[in-house]
Amino acid sequence: MSSPRQAKRAPSVGAPMDRVDGRLKVTGGARYAAEYAIPNLVHAVMVTSTVAKGRVRAMNTSVAERALGVIKVLTPFNAPRLPGAPKPGPHAPSAEPGPQSVSGSGASAGQGAQGPAARGAVAMRLPTLLQDDVVRYNGQPIGLVVADTLEHAREAADLVRVTYDVERPVLDWTKAAAIPPEQVHPLGGERTSRRGDVEGGLAAAAVSVDHTYITPLENHNPMEVHSTIAQWEGDSLLLYESTQGIFSVRNTVARHFGMAPDKVRVVAYFTGGGFGSKGGPWSHESLTAMAAREVGRPVKLVLTRRQMFGPVGGRPRTEQRVALGAAHDGTLTAIRHHSKSTTSTLEDWVEPATSQTRLLYACPNVETQYDLVRVNVGSPTFMRAPGESTGTFALESAMDELAYALKMDPVALRLKNYAEQDPESGRPWSSKSLRQCYESAAARFGWSGRKAEPRSTRNGRWLVGWGMATATYPARRGAAGAVARMLPDGRAWVRAGTQEIGCGTYTSMTQVAADALGIAPGQIRFELGSTDMPENPASTGSVTAASTGSAVHDVATALRQKLVQLAIADPQSPLYGVSEDAVRTLDGRLTTGGDRGETYVALLARHGGQPVEATISTRPGAETQQYSMHSFGAVFTEVWVDPDLAIIRVPRVVTAHAVGRILNAKTARSQIIGGVVWGVGMALEEETLIDPRSGRYINADLAEYHVPVNADIGTIDVAFIEEPDLHVSSVGAKGIGEIGITGVAASIANAVYHATGKRVRELPIRIEKVLS
Amino acid sequence: MERFQYTRARTVSEAIGIAAHSSTAQQGAPVRYVAGGTTLVDLMKLGVERPTHLVDINKLGMNAIERTKEGGLRIGALVRNAALAHDPTVVRDYRALSEALLSGASAQLRNVATTSGNLLQRTRCMYFRNTAMACNKREPGSGCSAINGDNRTLAILGTSPHCIATNPSDMNVALVALDATIHVQGPKGTRTIPMQAFHLLPGDTPDRETVLEPGDLVTHITLPPPNARATSRYLKLRDRASYEFALASAAVVVEVAGGQFHYVRLAMGGVGTKPWRMSAVEERLTGAAVDDATIRDAAQLAVRDAKPQSENGFKVELAQRCLAHALRLATGLASI
Repeated sequence: MSSPRQAKRAPSVGAPMDRVDGRLKVTGGARYAAEYAIPNLVHAVMVTSTVAKGRVRAMNTSVAERALGVIKVLTPFNAPRLPGAPKPGPHAPSAEPGPQSVSGSGASAGQGAQGPAARGAVAMRLPTLLQDDVVRYNGQPIGLVVADTLEHAREAADLVRVTYDVERPVLDWTKAAAIPPEQVHPLGGERTSRRGDVEGGLAAAAVSVDHTYITPLENHNPMEVHSTIAQWEGDSLLLYESTQGIFSVRNTVARHFGMAPDKVRVVAYFTGGGFGSKGGPWSHESLTAMAAREVGRPVKLVLTRRQMFGPVGGRPRTEQRVALGAAHDGTLTAIRHHSKSTTSTLEDWVEPATSQTRLLYACPNVETQYDLVRVNVGSPTFMRAPGESTGTFALESAMDELAYALKMDPVALRLKNYAEQDPESGRPWSSKSLRQCYESAAARFGWSGRKAEPRSTRNGRWLVGWGMATATYPARRGAAGAVARMLPDGRAWVRAGTQEIGCGTYTSMTQVAADALGIAPGQIRFELGSTDMPENPASTGSVTAASTGSAVHDVATALRQKLVQLAIADPQSPLYGVSEDAVRTLDGRLTTGGDRGETYVALLARHGGQPVEATISTRPGAETQQYSMHSFGAVFTEVWVDPDLAIIRVPRVVTAHAVGRILNAKTARSQIIGGVVWGVGMALEEETLIDPRSGRYINADLAEYHVPVNADIGTIDVAFIEEPDLHVSSVGAKGIGEIGITGVAASIANAVYHATGKRVRELPIRIEKVLS
Repeated sequence: MERFQYTRARTVSEAIGIAAHSSTAQQGAPVRYVAGGTTLVDLMKLGVERPTHLVDINKLGMNAIERTKEGGLRIGALVRNAALAHDPTVVRDYRALSEALLSGASAQLRNVATTSGNLLQRTRCMYFRNTAMACNKREPGSGCSAINGDNRTLAILGTSPHCIATNPSDMNVALVALDATIHVQGPKGTRTIPMQAFHLLPGDTPDRETVLEPGDLVTHITLPPPNARATSRYLKLRDRASYEFALASAAVVVEVAGGQFHYVRLAMGGVGTKPWRMSAVEERLTGAAVDDATIRDAAQLAVRDAKPQSENGFKVELAQRCLAHALRLATGLASI
């Protein structure tokens, strides 16, 4: 993005700049959705079901309604009917999301979790809005208590007495009925993909492996629980929402209430993590709006930690069978990857676990397929690297098994099958530096010193294991707009309706705008998080850097151009008559390179002291049909396993990723560290437990739902292979939010095998799985 | 959360006077003492405990660690876990107690949690903590959801058809091995209870966890004089490196003389419905040669009566590994 017209100087983009909102965050000055002090605000608490399947026969609310401070108790029996509420299941998800009714961010590059189909999936989502009495999972919202204080609302919620007509829930996924294959559409795509002759490839293989890998239910649990404040003014609705997608919330809530989207404004200046669970609206947004309308006052609803398990999505369970065939030299002759995952009875959501299998290796014979079973749990959804996180566990574990079967180094096996272009589409990569990633990470890890034999390395009583895996995630971009304004005092502001979910968007976009305008980052005010700003995609699928980054880059470039044109056309400007291309901008000054020039301030002072503004709307174009766009990386892990006590530790992880241009070296590194830490949790700890008889989420708190603590994490050595990718985005970025978790679980499982000789194919790898 | 009355007691007798009106000192007690609150407040938020009256005992002193005249240690009920774990005498003479405390909870919790609160901490059985599920401990007669449920973390020793919940405390395991005595003051005066007799087996009354009666206040705990020739250690096994309850743990106090076990005290956590004293194993070891074969044999004996559940069969093996390794650590057969 360093335009040739800019003067030479250290660019802001790429620098490890501290977060511009860091001080606000650590001092509590950053306000999150539930933190707005609204006059006359009252509090809502959700009542949830305690059975997994059946009907609510009755809800006795008389005691609750008489409790101190209670204003209203909403149940399926008295809640107003919403004109646009979807009609949920139990087994027939509504068919037509209507593309115009979903986030209208237009075209999107690539397929999968952030493509048009993905937005369709969010729009397909079937919330429970008290429109019927059917119970579809244990923990489903079935009522809302509104009271003057949170404590009163909680107390009254406990006093609601519910009776059910209980049916036996379907919870055992091994016995659950499969959804008819013709109804299985992973993110709107095809159930099956085939290229070449897989049976022939397996038959011709000198060596083959064929195993099943299992990943459990998981729940996102961002630090900030989902929360909403809803405030009506006449027929307009204002929502303060903890979300990754303000426009998606706006459009969905408007649809539920039969309103024009522009009658709903959604604000999210800060979101305390989402990881996919806040990628689109669930039930609580519209329930809060419903309550606010019913009581005629602003209403706040903050989910409890327990309510984060079920009503707001999670990762489904997957059972993935992977068969690989190879010639003696390691050349892959066949890959077959079938994934069966769970979904709810509300919607048919497929974890796209085989996506990476179609493109990661140059194999002529590949088949992937999905199956889906319905169980009475909350709906699954996008969860950090949906598909690639679970899928790389299976595929990259299988590759490790194949390497051992071939007596071949795992890195060499991958290089042997390196895909120089997308093997599925035949298109060239927009950029790919995976080979350099393997080399960089292997070198820093010391991989060449690895003894191939399992159980061959010890450190005291510990068995030491080294494992590796490939990381990958699509590079996607959606339509995005921005507006930029140069103020007479030389400062500029830029606005784009994106979200800050912890990734550092305020900071990286400030850097992008600063470089494009040629002013210092401190002179930029970047604003986001309101639907009265230009529309941007949801902050999901790692699209923000590429999408909003392009919009911010392009709008700042357009504004700069406007100002340059103003100067060279102005007889009073020292730059009068200079060719546009000859003007450089540096630290708020327009020059030809020497002394000749003037500042933005001087220029604007002569033009009435009025701001100059530019707006832009960007979208991906033909390049998405010309190139295959993906990010890649490599993860190398050392584990220690106590052979007697079965304790597993991960003292170090070394990564290298190629994710396009790095916008901020510090926040980029943080993204990878976060992904690796989560990967350690996914490998060793995380699992949502559902009671096998009642369907109750029973470890629904952070005491029992285990994620890594500090003591679980050793050193994480992060590196990037720089590869500015101007095909993906004008800012050169490919996105970095998801790829950090991919490959990590496989890398750890492979290291555990190397340490112990024990192959664990079901996550999480807990003590009993290595206890021998 | 329900409404409750709150009284900050100024004297021990005032506190006892209020609590004596409670119908029980066990599950469902309408009057509860509160100190650190790290268990009680949590359970009140979950609706598991619904006291109508909280008696705050934080101002009652009882927070000293002192030598007894016999040369043992007197630990006030309100000594915080962190203070006890780092007390120089405890670190030197009762190492297993210090190690047990430091293996539990988090630094933040240990700064607040008290000795008597830890002694009385409630099970982490997820069914006990979830009011939508049947639990005989929480609601006598409602059934045990944990049996044939998600019981990976629950007990293999001391279970009954009514309850398989573990006692979660690390400290309690060390106190059992160290032959602690619990000192209680109640409406009828003071009395002492050996640590081993303090907690009850679930039997058909899992709601009764201790011998405490209404009004009883634990005032302090005493430890006998340390055996200067013995080594004491605590070993805790779990999936994550910190902030997790034990899948299996062992507290051992061992004196070796002439290549033989001369004095042995063993207790285990994470496997029993109460902190589990291994008396039969102690007898088997006493006088036996200190070697791997003896230790393996002892570990097998430790789980002779184990009754694994649907998801926790691995604990039978893990408990043996844990006890054996703790013994190796205490006898110098292993260094880490």
